[in-house]
Amino acid sequence: MDRRDRHWYVDKIVAVLVFLGGVSAILFIIGIFVFVTREGLGFITTRLSLAEFFGSTAWRPTSNAHPTYGALALIVGTASVTGLAMLVSVPFSLGAALYISEFSHGRVAEILKILVELLAAIPSVVWGFIGLSIVNPLIIRVFDVPVGLCVLNAGVILGLMAAPIMTTLAEDALKAVPDAYREAAEALGATRWQIATRVVLPAAKNGLVAAVLLGVGRGFGETMAVLMASGHAINLPTSPFDSVRALTATIAAELGETAVGSEHYRALFTLGILLFVVTFSINLAADVMVRGVRRKA
Amino acid sequence: MFEATQLNEQNRRVQSLVRILLLLMTVLLILPVIAILAVMVVKGGPVITLDFLLTEPTEGMTAGGILPALVGTIWLVSVALLASVPVGVAAAVYLSEYAPDNWLTRAIQLAIINLAGVPSIVHALFGLGAFVLFFKLGTSILAASFTLAIMTLPVVIVSTRESLQAVPRAFREACWNMGATRWQTIRHIVLPNSISGILTGVILEVSRTAGETAPIMFTGAAFFLPFLPQSVFDQTMALSLHLFVISTQVPGVLEGMPYGVALVLVVLVLTMNAASIAFRMSLRRRKKW
Repeated sequence: MDRRDRHWYVDKIVAVLVFLGGVSAILFIIGIFVFVTREGLGFITTRLSLAEFFGSTAWRPTSNAHPTYGALALIVGTASVTGLAMLVSVPFSLGAALYISEFSHGRVAEILKILVELLAAIPSVVWGFIGLSIVNPLIIRVFDVPVGLCVLNAGVILGLMAAPIMTTLAEDALKAVPDAYREAAEALGATRWQIATRVVLPAAKNGLVAAVLLGVGRGFGETMAVLMASGHAINLPTSPFDSVRALTATIAAELGETAVGSEHYRALFTLGILLFVVTFSINLAADVMVRGVRRKA
Repeated sequence: MFEATQLNEQNRRVQSLVRILLLLMTVLLILPVIAILAVMVVKGGPVITLDFLLTEPTEGMTAGGILPALVGTIWLVSVALLASVPVGVAAAVYLSEYAPDNWLTRAIQLAIINLAGVPSIVHALFGLGAFVLFFKLGTSILAASFTLAIMTLPVVIVSTRESLQAVPRAFREACWNMGATRWQTIRHIVLPNSISGILTGVILEVSRTAGETAPIMFTGAAFFLPFLPQSVFDQTMALSLHLFVISTQVPGVLEGMPYGVALVLVVLVLTMNAASIAFRMSLRRRKKW
């Protein structure tokens, strides 16, 4: 009998098991793509016309005589809400990250970080409810418009949702800049603001771009909050007070009413493929940005 | 000789101006949310009584309590945890203790980022296509919990990996030198020294899982059920979906009801998160190395 006792075999078995655990993340992400594509494929191969899908605003999947699947209004809806959300939240997030990382320390920084982290925890359905019941009447009263469920509402809600995440990521990027850089600048007599703008921000540029990208991805994929706060009307918005409908919200609202395997059902999965591909690309881009920084440092 | 020059003065003015501006931005980020939470407490607080928590909805969900939704959320979260914690911890152990620096490890990391970044509604489509239809679980707690488990897997992996890597390498080397195998080292040295960090991640996952709505909409959560779930193959109500339903789909709901549900959900999630943060901070302070 050789020396390979029970412990040797247990060790090998565990090595295989944890390897499977590690690889499972890859399997799951491939699984998501495969299963969503599997259900949507029937639509892509037989019914999908790219000109209609990306060029028409007529999303009428339930029409008996002539159903049409123009996703343009949905894409514009998602883009307008996400765009407004970023307009609101990017400056504030970067400002807050700068303040926490460069202008505050000790207890204050700690408390601000915890508050931001807690804000990020509020569930999206609660945000949607806030848009519906608090921001909606506020917009009607302040701007004197008939309906407060619109691009502005969803954009503000989404901005408030995305801001804590972007702040945390941006703050990480700023923290990753070595203190030696700051000390060198301070030794030359630079003020904190000069250090922040001339030294820290340029050095953390890629990480900050990645933080914003992940924020965009988050806004783009947000479902419940946008469904509840955007008004859910198919529309090419001309002002922030127009109701719009988002890609994600369309799936959430319509999937329950479709028959499994129907054209409409497969069309909704096709929207899912589009969402998957876009968010995957955004995450990939953010990852490349961050890794670029690491390699240089 | 050391008098402030005009440039010094100007720099100081800019400095204090910017400082105030940035502080203002930070406060503006946090304040609206606190105001909103205050409104929710004022409007939802009076609704929440023991009766509200422990009775079923009545009169077409326009009145009554939230017991089935509360119980359903506990079911969903428990089953999701049972599914994701073992896989997540295994993945974290692999990444922290075994993984070589190669393309496969990078692919795993990219996959983890993407699992967290894929929209929740796409997870819902996946859950429907895979668990409900392909694996024939039907719309059930099992299908919904598996969907939630995959979605929140990155939370467990990332926090577990961090706490594993916080264990000094010297601990492992000392153990190897005694002739222990890799697994014996992990089992007796690495895991015991990081177990509280892992728990922090698990608490965080509970809070994430409890609040998710989209992934369970088509995989196992129902608008209304007159009974409590008896097994993992039943459908169930859930707090998050219940909030969506009574605030958008049901006319004539008593005004305070949705605020009450939202408040219960927020308190649940924030308590979990705060506990996780407090736990993490006390650990950091207690650390022996």
